[in-house]
Formats: sequence, C-alpha cells, structure tokens
Amino acid sequence: MSEHIVSPKIYLGIFAALMILTATTVYAATVDLNEHFPGLNVIVALVIATCKAILVILFFMHAYYSSKRTKLIIFSGFFWLAIMLALTLSDYGSRTWDLH
Amino acid sequence: MSTSPTTPAVHQLPEEHYLNSTYGLRSWLLTTDHKRIALLYLASVTFFFFIGGIFATMIRIHLLTPNGYLVTPETYNKLFTMHGVAMIFFFLIPSIPAVLGNFLVPLMIGAKDLAFPKINLLSWYIYLVGGCFVLYSFATGGLDTGWTFYTPLSSVYSNSAVTPAVIGIFINGFSSILTGLNFVVTIHTMRAPGMTWFRLPLFVWAQYATSIIFILGTPVIAITLLLVGLERMFHLGFFNPALGGDPILFQHLFWFYSHPAVYIMILPAMGVISEIIPTFTRKPIFGYTFIAASSIAIAVIGFFVWAHHMFLTGESTYAALAFSLLSYLVAIPSAVKVFNWTSTLYRGSISYDTPLLYSLGFIGLFLIGGLTGLFLACLGLDIHIHDTYFVVAHFHYIMVGGAVMGYVGGLHFWWPKITGKLYPEFLARMAAVILFVGFNLTFFPQFILGYLGMPRRYHNYPPEFQVLNVMSTAGASILALGYLLPMLYLTWSMRYGKVAGPNPWPATGLEWRTPSPPPTENFDVTPVVDWEAYDFKNRPDLGLTQPSGPALSPAHGDD
Amino acid sequence: MHRTGDLYGQFETLEQQKESATLGMWTFLITEILFFGGLFLTYTINRHTYADVFSFSSRTIKLSWGAINTVVLIGSSLTMAMSVWSAQVGKKKLVTIFLILTLILGTVFLGIKGIEYHDKYVEHHIPGASFDMYFCTNNPGACNLTTEELAQERTELKELEDKVGGPVAVNAHSQLFFSLYFGMTGLHALHMIIGAGLLLWLIVESMRGRFSPRWNTPVENVGLYWHFVDIVWIYLFPLLYLIDRH
Repeated sequence: MSEHIVSPKIYLGIFAALMILTATTVYAATVDLNEHFPGLNVIVALVIATCKAILVILFFMHAYYSSKRTKLIIFSGFFWLAIMLALTLSDYGSRTWDLH
Repeated sequence: MSTSPTTPAVHQLPEEHYLNSTYGLRSWLLTTDHKRIALLYLASVTFFFFIGGIFATMIRIHLLTPNGYLVTPETYNKLFTMHGVAMIFFFLIPSIPAVLGNFLVPLMIGAKDLAFPKINLLSWYIYLVGGCFVLYSFATGGLDTGWTFYTPLSSVYSNSAVTPAVIGIFINGFSSILTGLNFVVTIHTMRAPGMTWFRLPLFVWAQYATSIIFILGTPVIAITLLLVGLERMFHLGFFNPALGGDPILFQHLFWFYSHPAVYIMILPAMGVISEIIPTFTRKPIFGYTFIAASSIAIAVIGFFVWAHHMFLTGESTYAALAFSLLSYLVAIPSAVKVFNWTSTLYRGSISYDTPLLYSLGFIGLFLIGGLTGLFLACLGLDIHIHDTYFVVAHFHYIMVGGAVMGYVGGLHFWWPKITGKLYPEFLARMAAVILFVGFNLTFFPQFILGYLGMPRRYHNYPPEFQVLNVMSTAGASILALGYLLPMLYLTWSMRYGKVAGPNPWPATGLEWRTPSPPPTENFDVTPVVDWEAYDFKNRPDLGLTQPSGPALSPAHGDD
Repeated sequence: MHRTGDLYGQFETLEQQKESATLGMWTFLITEILFFGGLFLTYTINRHTYADVFSFSSRTIKLSWGAINTVVLIGSSLTMAMSVWSAQVGKKKLVTIFLILTLILGTVFLGIKGIEYHDKYVEHHIPGASFDMYFCTNNPGACNLTTEELAQERTELKELEDKVGGPVAVNAHSQLFFSLYFGMTGLHALHMIIGAGLLLWLIVESMRGRFSPRWNTPVENVGLYWHFVDIVWIYLFPLLYLIDRH
C-alpha cells in the first residue's frame, strides 16, 4: 500500500471550506427557515455538519486516498449508527399513542 | 519405530514449546503470547463459570418446593441476577472468542501472533478489573435488577449494589472491543501466504463475524450502562419517567447490543462445530461458502431484530410487526448451517469421538433452541409466553445447549493442541452423554412450565408445577456432574495424559501442522498454504489409511 | 515477540505493520461512532419530545463561545494534518512545531469549555439538587446577563410554562437538556484530554527525531483520533448551540 501524501494546499483549501460552512451554519441558525418548511432549520444544520464531517474524513483523515477495505470499515461504522437511529426512531415515529 | 495403521507412532513432546519456554509468574502475567493469554482467559472464565454455577445451583435447590425455603424472595432476585451477569458477561461472551479464538486464530491463519499482542494482554487485564468490580458488587449487597438492568428499577429504585456492577460491565466491554479489534485486524492483515479468504477455516470466519458484533455492538451497551450509572449516582433523568426520561429508550439501547450479544455467544460455537464435523467425518464440509456467508449474515441481520424483546413494552405496533418479521430472517442463515452440517455427516466415515458427540448434541439442542426462538419472535404467541419459563428454556437451549456445548466440545477438540496431551476418551464420551442427558432433563420441563404459564424470575409457584420443577432440579445435578467430570479429567490429563503428537485426529487445519504444544512463535517457518480448507483427499501428509469422501456403495444407503 | 528497529516481531514487513496499525485505528474509531451514537440517539428522542424546552435551554448557552471553539478545533485539525504531512516529507522540526500548535489549540478549546462550564455553574444550570432554570430571572445580578436579556428570558419562560404545564416541568425537561449537554460535551472533552496526553507523548518522541517518512504511524494514528474528536464536535455544535436561534 503506497502512501499518498496530501499536499498542504489541499489541507488549507479544506480548512477554508470548513470555515465557510461554519459561518453558514451559524448564519442559517439565526434565520427562521421553519416557516418555509417545518424542521428546515434542523435539516440545514445537520446537512452542513455532515458536509463538514465528510470533508474531514475524506481529506484530513485521508479516507479519499485509502484502500477499499478502510472505506468499507468507515462505511460500516456509519451504517450501523444508521441502523440504530433508524430502527429506534421507526418505533417512536409510528406510535399511535404518546407516552409523555 | 515404524509407523503403520495398527501400531500408532509413539509421540514425544517437543523439547521447547510455549508452555515451557519461560518460567515464573512474571512470564505469565506479562506475556504477550496469544496462547498464554488464552490460558489466562481459560482460568478466569472458568472461575466465573463456577461463580455463576453456584448461583444456578442455589436457584434450582430453592425451586424444589413451591414455597421455596432456601432463600428469601429478595435473595432469590439477587441469585438469578448474579447468575445471569456472571454467566453472560464474564463467561459466555468471552468464553470461545477469548479462549479458543485467542489460541487458534493466529495458528489457523499461519501468523506468529495477533496483530496487537500487548492490546491482547491489556484486554485480559481489563476483563479482570471489570470482573473485580462485579465481584465487589456481588459481595457487597448483590444485585437484584435482573441481568437486563431495566430502568428505572436499576437507576432509581433498586437498593442493591448496582453502581459497581454497571461500572464493571462497562469496563469489561472494552475487553470485548479490544479482542474484536485484534481479531479483525489480524484476519485482514496477518494471513500466511496462500491463505486466501476462502481457504480460511470456518472457525476463523465465525470469529470474524463475532468480532463485527464486538466492535459495533459493545460500545452501545457501554454508553448505555454509563448513563444508567450516571443517572443513579447524580439523579439524572435520561431513563426515568418521573424526570421526563424514557425507560423504553433504555431498552432499545440495551437490546441493540444485547440481542446481537446472543450471536456473540452462538456464532463462535457454530465455528467450532464447523471444524469438528469435517474432521470426524473425514469429508470436506458441505457448502463452505454458504457457512462462511451465513456467519456474516447472522452477525448483520442480528442487528435488525432487537426490539422483539420489547413486544409488550408499549413500543409501536407497526415497529413490533416489522421486528417480528425481521426476526424470522435470522432463521435462514441458521438453518443453512444446520443443513450443511447434516449434509456433511451424510455418508461420511464417521468416528464418534468426544468432540463429535458434543457437536451432534449441539446440532440437536440448537435446533430446538432456534425453533422455539421463532415461537417467541411471533407477535401473537409471544404475548402468551413472554416472560415465562418458555423463554428461560429457549435461551438456555441456545446458550447452554448451543454455546457451552460448542465451547466444551472445542476445548476437547483442541485440548491435545493446547496441552500436547490426550484426555481419557472413554470418560470424555461418558461426560458428553451425561451433559446431554442432564441438560435436557433440566431445561425441557421448563418449556412445559412456561407454556403452562409459570413466569420467570418468581421465587415461588403453585404446587401443580412441582413435578416439573423437581425434574428440572434433578437434571441440574446431572448437568453439574457433566461439567465437573471434564474439569477433573482435563486437568488430570495435563500431567498424566498420553502424548498427543501434532495431529492426533487427524485434522486439516494449519494449527495441526505445528507441534503440540506449539512453539512460542507458532511455526518454525512461515507456512505457505496451497490447499483448500478441509481437503482430506489431497492431503497425503495426514496419513489417512482409508480413502476419504463417500466410501459407501450407493446400494448400501437409501433405505 | 522481539522488536527489530521499528518492526515488531509478529509482523513480516513494515508495510504490513503500518497497514495493521491504520486498520486498527479505524476499527477503534468506528466503535467510537457507536459509543457517541448512543448519546446522539438519546438526545434526538428527547429533543423531539421536549422541542420547546430544549430550544429555550439551548439559547441560554453562549453561541459565541461555541462558534469560537468550532474555529479553534477545526484549526487544530489543520495543524494536526500539517504535522502528518511534515512527517511524511521528513521535515522533522516542522512535525514538532505543528504538534505543539495542535496541543495549544486543543488546550484553548478546553479552556473555553471551562469558561462555559463555569457560566453554567454560576447560572445553576448544572443538573443536580441546585439545578434551577429560574435562578437568573429570580436573582437578577447573579448571572452575567443584561436587563434586556433577563426580560427576554422571563417572557420566554412564561410562554414555556403555558406550553408544558408549569415551572416544575420546565425545570425537569431543561435538566434533561443540560444532562445531555454535559454528558455529550463532557465525554467529548474527556476525549480531548486523552488526545492532549497523546500529543504530549508525540511531541517528546518527535523532539527525539523519531518520526521519519519511513515510520510515522503514531503521528498518523493520533491524527486520525484527533480528527474524529473534531467530527464529534462538528455535530455537537449545531445540535447543542444552534437550536432555533432565530
């Protein structure tokens, strides 16, 4: 497995992108997006966070350049998290009563 | 001395091997040799098996009479809780992976050790620290929440020593995680030249599947129990309805790990069976790829079914329906395995040696345990038998009939490799039969009890249930004998047993190509694998005198 | 197992050793995903059930500190990545410098977190017997809030009471928010502290010139860990600080 050296230019670019996304998410939180679509504020915040996370994983953590095996392992971590969240929320979302 | 089929070779122990290469307590407590660490684990899980066994004995004695005079109801609650905690977290989960897996995975793939030997040793120490916390909890007030730690009983109302127990299990989780991590990395990167994925012994596949659960499930129970502990210590309200929390959320988080944990116990045992059966039928295993894939399938599907433990808790009916259907899916890969084992037995040249007896016992008991699992996965039926002795019988068929039979069978199968000595075969066969009989007598009556409506976790019962309870207790005493016997003769054989030689059965795996006991570095030269798994036909080195494979003429069968 | 130079005895080649180490680190990190995942799930469910109280409680945390900390932490990820690069190209001095920068930024993050915790302590927002969402409004001057902010908080609390059924419920549910806030940020901070310890070790090793293009696995793996901790914060920031700021 030959090592891929990521150049500092890319790191700086990613850092800039992360800063812009951070500014965007802070700004988006101060605007009422929910009036356009219920829950849009949360969706925007999480989508931006996910974009940031993906940038960090792909470039800072070199996942973009790593083997399929490593990619599979990363994927399985998030996939299992998704199983846990989705199946648990499927219970809460489909209840015909409210426990609280 | 000449070697012929009738006069077997007289073997001698190798001069230097992993057991005698260094001496002294230090050389054991600071060892990084996976084989020695396996033995450290063997000693410690056996200790916890004893602790759990004592609690089980007291439970069964108490239930001899309808009113139970042995212990008070409060103590009874503690007994079944501590039995569960000791057996599940400190015996069943680490048993096969940490003992047999630790010993065998590097040997089977042709590596010198696991990828991270120090982490391997660390995981044993973590296990010990976790175990000490739990023992402390047992000794100072016990534990009465049930092994499931349901909130808010565990987090608010229980007066027993929940906090140390929760801390102990939290710590112990990291031991599992590190073992799983070590196995995954080792199996990926340390295979010998030629040892491709589809030449791996099925035991290794099973360990890999188990490790998936270790890695992806255990962190969730860790964080959940951490929250329970925090809730108890600081009066927080994550899972306490009185403070706005949600106990059902606890159950979701708990079972997200604890259902797959059942597969942590059974998958390695299935791996053991997949090794034993081809060896004693002298046949390649039937459907290698299917068995390998079904291990992975069980590990993955096992994560989609957890809420079938919660049908009666107030979870959504629609979710319950989905979980019920998903639970049926697990039956498919499990059945694939059973069919393949049975097909391997078909027309094999079978020798009924002790490990095979355990395997046959495993297949029968696992079948009953698995099929009654389908009863419980069925939404309508579960309402009737939920929280009855039917459930208790079901999971004991899986865990004791399945996992423990696999573990003891595997211990016998690899004992000559581990110690270099043979155990007394006749006694061992007797023990296997005693175990099988004792087990069924203990737990089959519990199916009936449960179906008749005897709830689990009760310290007394109506008099009409006494006959079945007495049968169960009687069976338990036979079962105890079945466990004690191997402990005695296996220990005896370490000193007085006949020398086994490198490959006494003979079996095809790489681990049998190195002396017994193996040298510290496992192999003198890194092995190169140029044969398929379980290929008895093309292995003249095994010295099999009969042609392997289906030996019977077609006219002989099909009656 | 004996060690020859940088190669541990159980491995055949340095490549195999590096591959195993990287794979091991990633495997460890996915266990961390699930570990934090349990908390995120608990948060999601409670956030959904007690949406109004949660967004009110979230607004009592200072956005500015959270935003600054986000910048600081992402900055530390940059310096960490740069130290990995320096090791890969063999600039031994730069490795040390970037590691020290990373450690400084990490410490700044923890310091700011400390200030935030202290604010919450003053405001009686730490879950436990003395928890009181009404402390600031009942004791004007005790908290570091302007009169307008206090007036705003009063009206919002009134509205909330009408929605959830009284001050007891407001207190109970916001205590849940703060339990999760401290649970999640506390666990994150613990990871930062462990990371800082690892950085210290790396700095010492790096000053001895241990890391070269041939062998720099510790720098890379601690880097992976550090970036992971950064990712956790990338989610914590919007979830805890940015609920309905409008």
